[in-house]
Amino acid sequence: MTPQDAAVAPEAPVAEDPIKAQNAQVLALLTRLFGADTFTDVHEPYGLLTATTTRERIHEIIAGLQQDQELKFHFLTTMCGINYPENPGQELGMIYHLHSLTKNIRLRLKIFFPVAEPVVPTLTDLYNAANWMEREAYDFYGVIFTGHPNLLRILNVEDMDYFPMRKQYPVEDGTREDKTDLFFGR
Amino acid sequence: MAVNDALAGTHKIQEEAAAQRPGQLMPILNDFSQELTTLNLGPTHPATHGIFQNILQMDGERIVSGVPTIGYIHRAFEKLAERKPFYQITTLTDRMNYCSSPINNLGWHMTVEKLLGVTVPKRAQYIRVIMMELARIADHLICNSILGVDTGAFTGFLYVFQEREKIYEIYEEVCGARLTTNMGRVGGMERDLSPVAIDKLRAWLKSFPVVMKEFESMFNRNRIFMDRVVNVGPISAEKALSYGFTGPNLRAAGVDYDVRAMNPYSSYEDFEFDIPVGTNGDTYDRFIVRNEEIWQSLRIINQALDRLPEGPYHADAPHYYLPTKPEVYKSMEALIYHFKIVMGEIDAPVGEVYHAVEGGNGELGFYLVSDGGRTPYRLHFRRPCFIYYQAYPEMAVGTTLSDAIVILSSMNVIAGELDA
Repeated sequence: MTPQDAAVAPEAPVAEDPIKAQNAQVLALLTRLFGADTFTDVHEPYGLLTATTTRERIHEIIAGLQQDQELKFHFLTTMCGINYPENPGQELGMIYHLHSLTKNIRLRLKIFFPVAEPVVPTLTDLYNAANWMEREAYDFYGVIFTGHPNLLRILNVEDMDYFPMRKQYPVEDGTREDKTDLFFGR
Repeated sequence: MAVNDALAGTHKIQEEAAAQRPGQLMPILNDFSQELTTLNLGPTHPATHGIFQNILQMDGERIVSGVPTIGYIHRAFEKLAERKPFYQITTLTDRMNYCSSPINNLGWHMTVEKLLGVTVPKRAQYIRVIMMELARIADHLICNSILGVDTGAFTGFLYVFQEREKIYEIYEEVCGARLTTNMGRVGGMERDLSPVAIDKLRAWLKSFPVVMKEFESMFNRNRIFMDRVVNVGPISAEKALSYGFTGPNLRAAGVDYDVRAMNPYSSYEDFEFDIPVGTNGDTYDRFIVRNEEIWQSLRIINQALDRLPEGPYHADAPHYYLPTKPEVYKSMEALIYHFKIVMGEIDAPVGEVYHAVEGGNGELGFYLVSDGGRTPYRLHFRRPCFIYYQAYPEMAVGTTLSDAIVILSSMNVIAGELDA
């Protein structure tokens, strides 16, 4: 193994034990509060506990985590949409990053839902910060948040009639030929 | 004559209205005083320090409600990033918080390094810390001195801008640019700290504290300034957390959350520094917290410079770090790597990573989803001021217009970051 190979080892750096133990503790609490079958695809990329759940339960879960006296997930770091057009029935997703400032634990929750029915419960009743984050997700991905007080476009113009961050809208015009590169496939 | 007729008509209406509601004097005038004025603050207004608009409903001088409109300089960075190789995205991050671009640049590099699993040598980490703290000082200087301008004190602004100019000269020595710095590379820095840069840094570290002391003595206990900012736009710690405040604005409200201390990156754990906190989160607290953070940043820079380790200034990661030009001309491997990096043919591992750094105005986060290709599959920027600016209407309502301006400038909202 040359030094070059060692430097670019693509594997995630091995999470330190305290982080692993902490994540296991959070996961145990999650399954105790909400049931083990609520979460699928649980893993820890780069030490950040990630779990996928359903949109039916996301509001209840985040509300429960916020009120939990042990962890106190009082801080909604960010939320953003994502689009996987090749996953039928689960084309759109929302990704929530929560942060417990007292225990310094971060948690990532994901939900996926069909693009034909992109309806998700709002978090504005839990976090004031969710207001504009949800408007941003609506603006760029067309996710509709039920119960949101003011679900309007925020960064794009009001009369835009599509959701530009979806993968079906390429950045560049696909019919352009002057940028075609036969060797590198752009 | 016509005027007299009109006046007579008005009087007649008033009398009729008074007859309908006996016992009340001048009902019409009462109604007039209830009428609200709509005022457009911005989008281009010298006091908003950026392109964003607030449509205010004013009752005389008091603000009744405010509706912020943002997005005037939205440039679709998240969409553009899905088509750019990792090293090209650095130039997008410059243009977010352009008052402290090095923090954005280096935060982005650290995100990519985390994804790739590249460990950066200590010397590069220390140089990064020095540059990020310089950027924080420049950012805070702009915010605090502009707050002075908005309260009517122009001298402090011009005085500390000379010092900011010297910081920009140090940037120039390190990366060649001043505002949109494009500083550092994935894997380290693009060049070592030159002797000129170190000399400039040392000279500045001697001269700046004198200026900063004068700036503080001009403002901190100034009666006129304090009357304008104390108890203006306060926010409680609970509210601030709920609104997603981070950085000096959150610390002014009394929450000691600082990414540098809580999730240390780039060797921040090696340095000793304090996290200043305020008590009631008003404009004065935000101002004082920023001033104190400047002193703490100076402490960090001094420690980093004194303990600057010897060694390489970039990681030995030829797949990601551009080889030097002379090497490219004489070595086959370097030429191949140069070619592959520039053409963006280096594949990244599949994975997702969230990395946060303490930006000039709060937690600047990068959420990167990689599908193994040459570009991110999804890149989301957690822009601190986009999240906390939504609290502005609540903070401004009930204050006067001049107070609203002061609150806005004390929140350090940067239009480029707000709109991304």
